[in-house]
Amino acid sequence: MDKNKKNCIAQNQSQEGGGLSRRDLLKGAGLTGAALIAASSGAAIAQTPSLQAAPSRIPVAEAFETLTSAESAALDAFASRIIPSDDGTPGAREARAVHFIDRGLTGAMAASRDQYAVGLAALDSLAVERGGVAFSFLSAAEQDAIIEAMTQNAITAYPMLNAGFFNTVRTHTIEGTFSDPYYGGNRDFVGWALLGYPGVRIASSADDVSQGSALAPSRQSAYDMPAYTKDPVAGVQPEGVSHGH
Amino acid sequence: MATEMPRTDVVVIGLGAVGGVAVLPLVNAGLNVIGLEAGGWMGTRDFAPDEIRNNIRDWPQAVPKAKNEIPTSRANINFEAVQGGGHPMMNGVGGTSLHYWAQSWRLNPWDFKTVSETTRRYGANRIPEDSTVEDWPFAYEDLEPYYDRVEYALGVSGNAGNIQGTLHAGGNQFEGPRSRAYPMPGLRSSGFTDMMGDAARTLGWQPFQGPAAINSEVYGDRPGCFYHGFCDRGGCHVAAKSSTAVTTIPEALKSGRLKVVTHARVLKIVNNADGRVTGVEYLSGNQVMFQPADAVLLASHTYENSRLLLLSRSKEFPEGLANNSGQVGQHYLSHHQGAPVIALFPKNLNNWYGLPAQGVAIDEWADDNFDHGDLDFIGGGNLWAHTDRKPISAAKMSTFDLVPNWGAKWKAFISENADRTNASYIQKTTLPYRGNYLDLDPLVKDRLGLPVIRITAEYRQNELGIAAFTQDRMEEWYRAAGAVQIIRAPLGTAMGTSTHAYGGTRMGDDPSTNVTDRYGFAHESPNLGILGASVMGTSGSRNPTLTAQALAWRTAEHLVANWESIAG
Ligand SMILES: Cc1cc2nc3c(=O)[nH]c(=O)nc-3n(C[C@H](O)[C@H](O)[C@H](O)COP(=O)(O)OP(=O)(O)OC[C@H]3O[C@@H](n4cnc5c(N)ncnc54)[C@H](O)[C@@H]3O)c2cc1C
Repeated sequence: MDKNKKNCIAQNQSQEGGGLSRRDLLKGAGLTGAALIAASSGAAIAQTPSLQAAPSRIPVAEAFETLTSAESAALDAFASRIIPSDDGTPGAREARAVHFIDRGLTGAMAASRDQYAVGLAALDSLAVERGGVAFSFLSAAEQDAIIEAMTQNAITAYPMLNAGFFNTVRTHTIEGTFSDPYYGGNRDFVGWALLGYPGVRIASSADDVSQGSALAPSRQSAYDMPAYTKDPVAGVQPEGVSHGH
Repeated sequence: MATEMPRTDVVVIGLGAVGGVAVLPLVNAGLNVIGLEAGGWMGTRDFAPDEIRNNIRDWPQAVPKAKNEIPTSRANINFEAVQGGGHPMMNGVGGTSLHYWAQSWRLNPWDFKTVSETTRRYGANRIPEDSTVEDWPFAYEDLEPYYDRVEYALGVSGNAGNIQGTLHAGGNQFEGPRSRAYPMPGLRSSGFTDMMGDAARTLGWQPFQGPAAINSEVYGDRPGCFYHGFCDRGGCHVAAKSSTAVTTIPEALKSGRLKVVTHARVLKIVNNADGRVTGVEYLSGNQVMFQPADAVLLASHTYENSRLLLLSRSKEFPEGLANNSGQVGQHYLSHHQGAPVIALFPKNLNNWYGLPAQGVAIDEWADDNFDHGDLDFIGGGNLWAHTDRKPISAAKMSTFDLVPNWGAKWKAFISENADRTNASYIQKTTLPYRGNYLDLDPLVKDRLGLPVIRITAEYRQNELGIAAFTQDRMEEWYRAAGAVQIIRAPLGTAMGTSTHAYGGTRMGDDPSTNVTDRYGFAHESPNLGILGASVMGTSGSRNPTLTAQALAWRTAEHLVANWESIAG
C-alpha cells in the first residue's frame, strides 16, 4: 500500500475516534506509572475488549516511520499544547504535525532524531515523577507548566528539557501544521485555514490579491497540480545538455 | 592521470548569473566556449510552490555540492570559525539566478567613487581608518553601456528615474543617467505597496517600484510574472524570472559554439611556467578530466572563486593561483542586509501572493544622497517594503512581545495577524576592512577532502551607524503608513556567509592591492579572467548581481577585442 493511501485510511479511522482519550482508556484499564508509559501507544492493545463494544469511538494507532509509540504519544501531546485545539478549532493534533515530524526525522530532519529520543524520554520520566503517568496523560495545565519551565531552562533535573528542545519542537510543529500536506501534516488544510491563507495556486491576478483571505481558498497540494514534478516525465531532454565526453 | 579533452578557445567555470551572461558576447564574436557547470539542468516542472522545499530545506539543488562546502565563519581571529547555516549558492545551469529574488539594480555613481567623493565633500578623515576601500578603476558612466546590454539581454522590468539626464517621476531620482528606459515597465504594485508609497510621499520622500529581472509582460518567448508567491528561493514555474538558464545561455547555445558540460566540478586551474593558465582540471563522475583552453573565465561565485584560486597551487604560485601578492581573499565583505525593522498593522495587507522583488523603494537615505556633514558614517541604505508571505513564515511571525510564542493565546494571535505584519529589507553600504578576509579553513573539509572557505569578518562602526540610522527612517515610514507595533532586529556583528558576498579577487589598477586589472583579468596571470561580485570593492546599498553581470559582459567583450594580446 502506498503511503498516501495508508495515511488516508488512517485519517478516516482516527477521524471517527474522537471523544474518548487514551488517558481515559488507560486509566480505565487500571494502568499507572511505568506500565502506563509502556502501554501508552497501545490503546488498542490495552482495550481490545472495548473495541467490540464501541468500535467507532476507539482511536486507532497509526504507523510511524521512526517514532516509537511512547515517543509519538508524548510528541503529539507536546505539539498540541503548542498549537492547541481547546478553542474548538483544529490545532497541531488535527493537522497531524507529528506525522510530518516523524517522516522528516527519517530524512531532511534526521539530525534532530537523537534530540527527540532523549527529550521525549525525559519528558515522560519527568511526567511520571510529577504525576505518576506519561506526559500525554497529564492534564493540559500540567503539560503547560512543564513546557513553560522548559522555555525558561528551569528543569534542572532534566537539562535536555531546555529552550533549545522546545524551539526544535515548536519549529517542527509549525512546519508540520502549516506546510504543504504532501509532507504528511496540515491535514485537510486546517493549518492554512487557521491563518486565512487562500492556498497555493499557479497564478494570482490583481483582483485575487485585493481579496486577500476572502479569496475562495484553493485547497490542493502543490503536487496535485499537473504542472509540477511528481514522476519524471519520459522523453524530456533539455536543449543543449551534454553528458558525453 | 587526467583524461585530456580537445582544446577550446575559452573555458567558463560555472554557468550561474555571471558565467551565464559572459558566454553570450563570447559566442557572438565567434569564439568556441565550453561551460563547465557543477550542477545540472533544471526545468519549470522542478519549481513547485513548496515552502518546505524552497525555504526550509534549502531548495532542490541539482547537486549537493554547495551543501557540502558551507564556509566556516568567525568575527575575528580571536574566535574559532564554525560551520553553520546554509550556502547561498545554487548548483545548476543558471546558478543562483535560478532562485534569487531577482532585484536588478544598477549601483549609484557614488559607489564607484567612494574615496574621492567622500574626500571632496567631507574630507579624507571621513574614510574609516581601518577600511581598505579604494575608488573603482572606472566610473558608473563606463559601465553604463554594459548595464544596458544586460538589462535588455535578460529582460529587466523597472521604471526609469533618469534617462540621459532627464528625471522621470515614478523612477529612482538618485540613479545615474541611463541611456534608455528599461525594456519593460516595473512589476505591478499591490494594495500594500501603494499604501507604503502614499505614506512615503507624506514624509516628502519619492517612492518608486524597484527594478527586477522578472518579466512584467511578455518578453521574447517568455511570459510575464504570474505572481503566485513562491519566488523567494523558488525557481520560476513559468520562466518569467530572467535567470540565465532561460535567457542568455539558451541564446548562446543557438550559435552552436557553446558547449555546456553539466556535472563537471572544477578542481584546479592549471598554469604554465610563464604564469599563464593552460586549462582546468575537473571531476566528471569519478573521472578527472583536463580541459585545455586559451583563456579561462572563473565564474563560480565569490566563495568558490577565492577557494579555487587558493586550491590551485603550483611552482609558480605556491600560495595559490594569481596570489603571489597575497591579495586573494582580501577585501572580503558580506553585504549588511540584516537588522530589519518589523511592523504590525491593524488590518490585513493581502500579501499572500506577492514576491520579494515586488516592492517600493526609498533611496533618499542611500549612498551619498543626503548630507553626512553631521553624521558619523558615510554611505547609507536603501529602504525596501515588499510583498511576499507564505504560511510557515507567517506563523513564525514576531509576537511583538504581546503574547507568548506558543499556546492558545499565540494561536489566536497568529490567526488574527498572519497577514498583518511586514519585515523591511534595508541594504546598506558595506566597506572592506583590514582583518576581514577569506582563506582556506585549516580543519573543515568537503567530501572530497578539500578545505572549505573560512570567513573572518565583522561589521565595523560605519555599518552599525548606518544600520541604526536607517532603522529610524524605516520606523518613521512604517508609522506613517499606520503600523501599530514596531520591532527592530539587532544591528549585527559577525558578517558570516551571505547571499551578497563581495571581494576576495578585487579589481583595481594597483597589483599590490588588487587581484585583477580594471577589465577583470588577473594581474599575475593575464589570460585568466575573474567574474562575479568577487571583483567588486564596494557594495553600494543594493543587490550585486546586475552589476556583476554588467562587469562580466565587459570582461568578455574586452577578451574578444584583445584576443591576440590576451589569449594569443
Ligand atoms: C535567496 C537569494 C536571493 C537573492 N536575491 C538577489 C537579488 O534579488 N538581486 C541580486 O542582485 N542578487 C540576489 N542574490 C545574489 C545572487 O544570486 C548572486 O549575486 C549571483 O547569483 C552570483 O552570481 P555568480 O554567477 O557569481 O554565482 P552563481 O549564480 O551562484 O553561479 C555559480 C555557478 O558556479 C557553479 N560552480 C561553483 N563551483 C564550481 C566548480 N568548482 N566547478 C564547476 N562549477 C562550479 C555553481 O554550480 C553555480 O551554478 C540572491 C541570492 C540568494 C541566495
